[in-house]
Amino acid sequence: MSAVVTRPPQVRLPEAVARKPRRSWTRFVLPTYVTAFILYLSFPIFIIILFSFNQTRGGFGTSPRVKTTWLGFTTDWYGRVFELSDLTATVRHSLTIGFASAIAATILGTLLGLALARYRFRGRGGADFAIFLSISSPEIVLGAALASFFVALGVTRGFGTLFLSHTMFSIAFVAVTVRARAAGLDRSLEAAAMDLGATPVTAFVKVTLPLLAPGILAGFLLAFALSMDDFVISQFTQGPFQMFPTWVFGATRVGIPPHVFVFATIIFLTGATLALLLALVSRRRG
Amino acid sequence: MERPVQPDLHLVAPRERRPRRSAAPYVLSSPALLWLLVLFVIPMFAMASLSLQEGTSLEGFRQTFRFANFTDAIANNGEFLLRSLRNGIVVTAVALLIAYPVAYWIAFYGGRFKSVFLFLLLLPFFISFVIRTVAWSFILSDDGIILGTLKSIGLLPETYHVLGTTFAVVAGITYNLVPFTILPLYVSLEQIDRSLVEAATDLYSSRTQAFLKVVLPLSMPGVFAAVLLTSIPAIGDYVNAAVLGNFAPGTAMIGNVIQTEFLRNRDYPEGAALAFVLMAVMVVGAVIYARLIGTERITEG
Repeated sequence: MSAVVTRPPQVRLPEAVARKPRRSWTRFVLPTYVTAFILYLSFPIFIIILFSFNQTRGGFGTSPRVKTTWLGFTTDWYGRVFELSDLTATVRHSLTIGFASAIAATILGTLLGLALARYRFRGRGGADFAIFLSISSPEIVLGAALASFFVALGVTRGFGTLFLSHTMFSIAFVAVTVRARAAGLDRSLEAAAMDLGATPVTAFVKVTLPLLAPGILAGFLLAFALSMDDFVISQFTQGPFQMFPTWVFGATRVGIPPHVFVFATIIFLTGATLALLLALVSRRRG
Repeated sequence: MERPVQPDLHLVAPRERRPRRSAAPYVLSSPALLWLLVLFVIPMFAMASLSLQEGTSLEGFRQTFRFANFTDAIANNGEFLLRSLRNGIVVTAVALLIAYPVAYWIAFYGGRFKSVFLFLLLLPFFISFVIRTVAWSFILSDDGIILGTLKSIGLLPETYHVLGTTFAVVAGITYNLVPFTILPLYVSLEQIDRSLVEAATDLYSSRTQAFLKVVLPLSMPGVFAAVLLTSIPAIGDYVNAAVLGNFAPGTAMIGNVIQTEFLRNRDYPEGAALAFVLMAVMVVGAVIYARLIGTERITEG
């Protein structure tokens, strides 16, 4: 900072004058590019929302399929969203597995994240390595390994294997999120509570846990989102218990019913709103 | 910057903690580590064991330590392995090229809207990537909003198509993975000390020179992470080849073969062997790449 003050002004001036005309139009290149890039990233989302209002043409008897061309606006599909019972069941499966695995992964991952943030212990390096491996392993290899494991055990694949597998791949992400939050915490607050007579458990519950809460909540939402989004590991571990993305994948060959786009729109709007609220709340808290 | 109290506190805290050598870290970490052991480490061994077995899904599989499974798997699927590798390299290169300017601009000029831009970049993640890929198959379909429009005004011949081509597959994978390219780039660019760039321009380097000599070298850790985070899932992808490639000849990737072996043919040994080959290719690739980056940095320093 002091360098700026002591620098003779005439050194900077000619440079600035010389540079200005050259930059005037190039200044807009990058912002325009970034805007275009963001539009490109969200383009499929617009299409999904738009086509959830698309009319279909087709005979009675067969279930409707979204056409790739625009046939006219309708809100029909929102009223009929639960019409296809097998599709609705897969959405319910995805939500159930999402919640169940996110809760399990949040508990396990939070404890692991705390241990890694606060203690040096034997096996810490191994735990770090396991986290790194489980995050960086290609999904198809994880899926194939889990399928091999369940085949070798002779386990029937379904709700249980999905729950175990989804929890497995979410643990590392929760642990990393909680560890980051715990590492940034001032430990003297907990020490102060104990100096004032709180037991370690009380100090943890009353002081540390509320401070960790945003990290834990973020970890939970991340785990839930990962589970809802997952396709590869689900396909390898689900058996006949179909999930929403795997059902959609299977339907691509025969055509996508409009209900899929309606469910996707609802899930998207709910998720985006929740994330926005979380961001606003955590910003206000500082 | 003078805070003599700080080091003292730091010295006292660990000394206080050490004698307690509690069981706490083990109690806290063991449930999660046990979960990872049973559902991550052991399955890898189960897959290793399965990859050496012989038999059929009807008669059951027996462990015969048949290492020829691996040579068979490679010999039968060389085409798919090479295509996956090539697609992975193209996707990674394109993703880096289109992501770097975005990460750079947000990190250097995003100002107080940085988190807004990051939120917008992460927006697609709220819809499952399978459904986003399906949306691209709508956008790129022969009579869809892009090709259909261009055809109706006569800019494209009626028979022109994008779906079912390698271009569609590579474009789809790039779209799916480019956020994973941006994030590590952004993190490393964001950490660069702005005064270094100022120093370079003050010393009469042009803005281009300052970028090439200061910003770009300092962002190499981010580039390294971005390459790994993009190339590994790109090579293993099979959704785009199925949805956008339509299984047209010449588009299927190694992931499609592994998926078919496991879920349709139930030839688990071949599928497991292929999955291991795929992982080996990735690990070897990552090690070579790390070496290249490492030596580059030594010669530069």
